[in-house]
Amino acid sequence: MSTIAPATRVELDYTGSERLTMNMGPQHPSAHGVFRAILTLEGEEVVGVDAVIGYLHRCHEKLAETLTYAQYPSIASKTDYVAAMTSEFAYVRAAEMIGKIEVPKRAQYLRVIAAELQRVASHLLWLGTWCLDMGGALGGGATIFLYCIRERELILDLFESLVGARLLYGFYQVGGVRYDLPPGWAEQCRETVDLIDRRIDEYQRMLEENPFFLVRTQGVGVVSRALAQEVGISGPLVRGSGVNYDIRRTDPYSSYEDFDFHVPVETGGDCYARYRVRMVEFREALKIVRQALDKLPDGPISSRPGLKSVAQIRIPKGEAYARVEGARGEVGCYLIADGGPKPYRMKWRGASFSNLAILPHIIPGHKVADVVAIMGSVDPVFGEVDR
Amino acid sequence: MTIEQARTLIADRFPGAQIAGEAPLVVSVAPDAWVPLARVVKETLGAWFFSFLSAVDWKDEGLEVVAKVDNIDGKLSLLLKTRLGPGVSACPSLTGIYKGANWMERECYDMFGIRFEGHPDLRRILLGDDWEGHPLLKSYPVDAPYPPFR
Amino acid sequence: MPEWIAPLIAPFIVLNAILGIVTYVTLLERKFAARMQSRIGPYRVGPHGLLQPIADAIKLMMKEDVVPTAADKPVYNLAPIVFLIPCMLIFATIPFAPGLGVADLNIGILFFLAVSSMEIVGLFMAGWGSNNKYALLSAMRAVNQVISYDLPFIFAALVPVMLAGSLRLSDIAAAQAGLWFVFYPVIGQLAFIAFIVSTVAAENRAPFDILEAESELVAGFRVEYSGMKFAIIQLGEYAHVIGASFLGALLFMGAWAGPGPEWMGPVWFLLKAMFVFLLITWVRWSFVRIRVDQILALSWKALLPATLVLLVGTAVVVVWRGTPGV
Repeated sequence: MSTIAPATRVELDYTGSERLTMNMGPQHPSAHGVFRAILTLEGEEVVGVDAVIGYLHRCHEKLAETLTYAQYPSIASKTDYVAAMTSEFAYVRAAEMIGKIEVPKRAQYLRVIAAELQRVASHLLWLGTWCLDMGGALGGGATIFLYCIRERELILDLFESLVGARLLYGFYQVGGVRYDLPPGWAEQCRETVDLIDRRIDEYQRMLEENPFFLVRTQGVGVVSRALAQEVGISGPLVRGSGVNYDIRRTDPYSSYEDFDFHVPVETGGDCYARYRVRMVEFREALKIVRQALDKLPDGPISSRPGLKSVAQIRIPKGEAYARVEGARGEVGCYLIADGGPKPYRMKWRGASFSNLAILPHIIPGHKVADVVAIMGSVDPVFGEVDR
Repeated sequence: MTIEQARTLIADRFPGAQIAGEAPLVVSVAPDAWVPLARVVKETLGAWFFSFLSAVDWKDEGLEVVAKVDNIDGKLSLLLKTRLGPGVSACPSLTGIYKGANWMERECYDMFGIRFEGHPDLRRILLGDDWEGHPLLKSYPVDAPYPPFR
Repeated sequence: MPEWIAPLIAPFIVLNAILGIVTYVTLLERKFAARMQSRIGPYRVGPHGLLQPIADAIKLMMKEDVVPTAADKPVYNLAPIVFLIPCMLIFATIPFAPGLGVADLNIGILFFLAVSSMEIVGLFMAGWGSNNKYALLSAMRAVNQVISYDLPFIFAALVPVMLAGSLRLSDIAAAQAGLWFVFYPVIGQLAFIAFIVSTVAAENRAPFDILEAESELVAGFRVEYSGMKFAIIQLGEYAHVIGASFLGALLFMGAWAGPGPEWMGPVWFLLKAMFVFLLITWVRWSFVRIRVDQILALSWKALLPATLVLLVGTAVVVVWRGTPGV
């Protein structure tokens, strides 16, 4: 609810040179959440865009000051609700960094498995909704959307048997993880991973051999390397523009250095490059899950097991910034602790907030139809943008 | 550029700065050195990745603006801080140096009431334009009943 | 019975039959699409969802008719009707069996093509009268697109006309007694493909449905219509698709030609029309849509020159053979 745009009743000049202000309003089938883009159009071409956010603002940062370290991780999932595991990760890592709390090896591997499965699930939703936006809810896009959702359901089933919840979990806790693998989970996980690998091949063939898809995504929404560096974007967005920045490599955490995986970087900078980056990330994430399952060590799943009361975890005075490679980019949590059971200040660095800031730079010059293609490839989740 | 070299460079250019830590390197300066520090960090230390900018309300000691920047290739990470004094809520803006600071400073203004001098478009970003008060200040109660939305 | 009733019986029967076919074709499409997406489709209403279209029709009739206050009332209210009339009128010249049709004009196909281009008027009226920017944008795109694709549509439809030597639709169907035009060496297949592509575009079906573009323009020109007016617009759209499918089956697949007794003719015709319809539907549920400037580029830079060349080639073939027809 920011700038209330004045009611516009533009008289159209038939030479077509009159500028039209159109609202791609908060309620829109392809706004990816609640997002308002006030577009200024000249015919079909967008000449200006004002991105209005804040429709999903719940003030997580103030909320965190009122909840203890044991209570908040489940709430942290609500920021990036599509990739909830990686959201919780940043918060618990920050608390552990300040309190110098050791996380047992098994817990680290479990965290990695959950995070990578979540990355696959998040990218499946991205692919489905992006094609849905480009192809229409009644059209080819819906077909790919339903296929991707079918695969995502398999992963959500895995999470359900692990944590008990499908979308928003409370899996991570300060010191480790809360649940251990139930019997038979590892086999089910391996089967799911193999199935998804085969299906991704299908989708890739289906899309990349389709000239309509190519003509819609190549050359659209080009983010040059210079622009990418200026605005502070991260994740597949910046890797599609030639910058090799992946926190799992630059600043490894939670035993990522034990795994062998490849970080895809494309130099195209357009929607197609970002699509290719994410398609490779699918396979790399599945590779990491397989390796983690193979090498899973035994041991405790938390260094602070058995919480008896919500105020049990106290972090001594200090501050830390912990960042995680989420599905959308760098998700970070800047935490200032003051010795009590609740943090003094928690700042949530949402990947989508910084990624969305690039829209006013790349949209002008494109047609209206490209706005949805670009927004889909930027892949914002408004829980993270507005917090 | 190693951490030691960065430390000495900053200590030379900004005599009053307090430098601590290693990863990230925490640098605290006075508000009038905020923009020059950012410029040095970006151009000389090569930290072009702007991670975030936020503020902390230290109650009686005033507000503190915090920014995190990274030099990804050189693996150098800096946390820049500046303490605005008690009662002060104005700070120079970093938008001239880091484009990514634009929306972050708008959010700081929205949540803390800090006016950034030199910001091209300082208006509320997350809350409605008619919201009164700045929620993340410690003086703002958690369950404040805001009149239109009671 | 009075004289003026006799000529009205055939149109009455045809109109009702078309209404019935159109409603059940929506069910066919939904089931087909569902199978493509590995799900089942309407299942609960009636056995295997067979009563679903009736339930939809009743629902639409009972819905509240919401009219925007600032809408241009006469234009807004008339638009669905102006849209529907040409879509129904195109069935007038299609012969369902030799001698069975409403009016077998000797300019049959010309009538079809001319009347089907008129629905753009209704479309634009809907977009304009809604007083809604999305609707207006969509109406402008519609005018661009439909006009651009009507030309290749006409040229592709003219190939069978030249091969048969007559504009009368029953003559064209009869001329395929030996060999269906779609099986003609090269010309037939190319003309069929061009026909399918331009008909998909002229009817605003995906992947050329930027006009409704559900994810960008939120139903485009139909956005402000609800209830029965929306139903009329849907009816018109599907009637146009079915009409073009019948035309395709007639021009390229020999209409009522098929094994079996005489009375099986219309049944075969219906089956062939459904085949063309399913082809169009299959394309719809497989592809993402392309942008409006790319659609127009495809039409003017690729399809139109190609169909012109095809037409000239057909003329050469016809003259070389000496006689029109096979």
